[in-house]
Amino acid sequence: MNEIPKRSFAQKYHVKSLFWLALFIILVFWTANITGVNFVMFFDNFGQFTDLLGKMAKPDWSYSKLVFAPILQTIQMALIGTTVGTLVAIPFSVLAARNIVKNKFLRSVIRFILNLVRTLPDLMLAALFVAIVGIGPVAGVFTLAVFSFGMISKLFYEAIETIDEGPLEALQATGASRTQVVIFAVIPQVFNYFISYYLYTFEINVRASTVLGYLGAGGIGVYLQRSLNEFAYDQTAVIIIAILVVVLIIDTISNTMRERLL
Amino acid sequence: MKTVSATNQLPLKRNPFKWLFWVIIIVIMFIWAFAGIPFHGLQDSAAEVSKSIVSGIFHPDWAYVYDGSGEDLVGLTLQTLAMAFLGTFISAILSVPFAFWAARKGHSKVHMRSTSGKLVLTLIRTFPEIVLAIMFIKAVGPGSFAGVLAVSIHSIGMLGKLFSESIENMDGGPAEALTSSGSSHSQTLIFATLPTVMPEFLSYTLYRFEIAVRSASILGMVGAGGIGTPLLFAIQTRSWSRVGIILIGIIITVTLIDFISGSIRKRLV
Repeated sequence: MNEIPKRSFAQKYHVKSLFWLALFIILVFWTANITGVNFVMFFDNFGQFTDLLGKMAKPDWSYSKLVFAPILQTIQMALIGTTVGTLVAIPFSVLAARNIVKNKFLRSVIRFILNLVRTLPDLMLAALFVAIVGIGPVAGVFTLAVFSFGMISKLFYEAIETIDEGPLEALQATGASRTQVVIFAVIPQVFNYFISYYLYTFEINVRASTVLGYLGAGGIGVYLQRSLNEFAYDQTAVIIIAILVVVLIIDTISNTMRERLL
Repeated sequence: MKTVSATNQLPLKRNPFKWLFWVIIIVIMFIWAFAGIPFHGLQDSAAEVSKSIVSGIFHPDWAYVYDGSGEDLVGLTLQTLAMAFLGTFISAILSVPFAFWAARKGHSKVHMRSTSGKLVLTLIRTFPEIVLAIMFIKAVGPGSFAGVLAVSIHSIGMLGKLFSESIENMDGGPAEALTSSGSSHSQTLIFATLPTVMPEFLSYTLYRFEIAVRSASILGMVGAGGIGTPLLFAIQTRSWSRVGIILIGIIITVTLIDFISGSIRKRLV
């Protein structure tokens, strides 16, 4: 009984940890090789990088008047895109919720589609929609609608799955139809969560929409791309500061509203 | 949930005009938003192009998957994953000091060190990743190394924030025990604080890696290596079967990485 438990060979010499460490080191060197990491070049050319930063440190304030209109357009794009995406996401999220739809096959198909939509990065969608509807803010609206659809439908169906079953059963017992159950028992319970997630997605979309214009999808990104192409880094600095200010304002408003909601 | 809906109902009954106030504000906002977007100027060929994209996805250019040149789908997807992996790895190391800078101890509302750290992290987070990539391209030339650098700097914003939150919420017991037995600051850090937060740090790093795979796949659109470059080229030259195979490749890669990383994360925390 008083024997000290013996550690096995693998435990004594940390074989498992050493194996993972070795694998990890190999991965680091292998990926560094694939991506052509060259820190000598990086430090040789570091002067160019600091030179660029130096130029950005002197913003061309006279440019700020021109930035105002496109940054408002960015917010407009985000607002419409998030709203359209949310409206489309609501029926899908109801169909994907485990406690509403008992049919496992239908639910899996819907979830599979939602997962596929979520894998596509925002700028990739922007490139596709610019090809489809042409250069301009409409492409940005479509991009943000699809992007927020993927994100919000997942947040929504997870919110629906956490609701209290009581009201649903009560309504079913009184003979309510499935649509009536959703409208009168599900939606009142999740409404505040929906609004909160909507605001959260809106925040993310404002951030995303600022760069969509880089590929021609409207908003401030168009000016960002122009200033970078013309090497006018003092203008780039003004744009980045404007993006920063707008993102901070939107985040603050949205955070205060969400804290009051939940 | 019950209490939430109850508090939701009360103010509405007390003040019916509050409803109206919000409705008017929302309506005005949407009128303003729709006025700013010119919906009439759509391209005539929109339906046709979308049809070609869909048919491209169903008739992908299989020859592009692997041709041994390294500039094929497999080679560039590997490069994208490598960018995300290395970038996240560097970023995780760089984020640790930022996290300790931004973490707040105690309950004081204003804290100079913590507040300044949080502000810096917010600035990094908001700085657009593609602008960062373009800046690094100026320094090291176009290619995936610029992408690695962009990912590693941009990720600090989010990883630093998540790390600092887990430092703030960690169990202080082990650190206190070591301090009371007379260990120095660095000893407490190495033997109590870091082991306590390590599982969460690893879990957040994996989560950030999932995001980095997505962003690494678009960094190529500005010339920073990976699968983004041929995708943008294929879209611009309207070779839809090429677009189709690249989209399929990205969807499969991202799904796989999310699945693997998700199952590791479940075992960690």
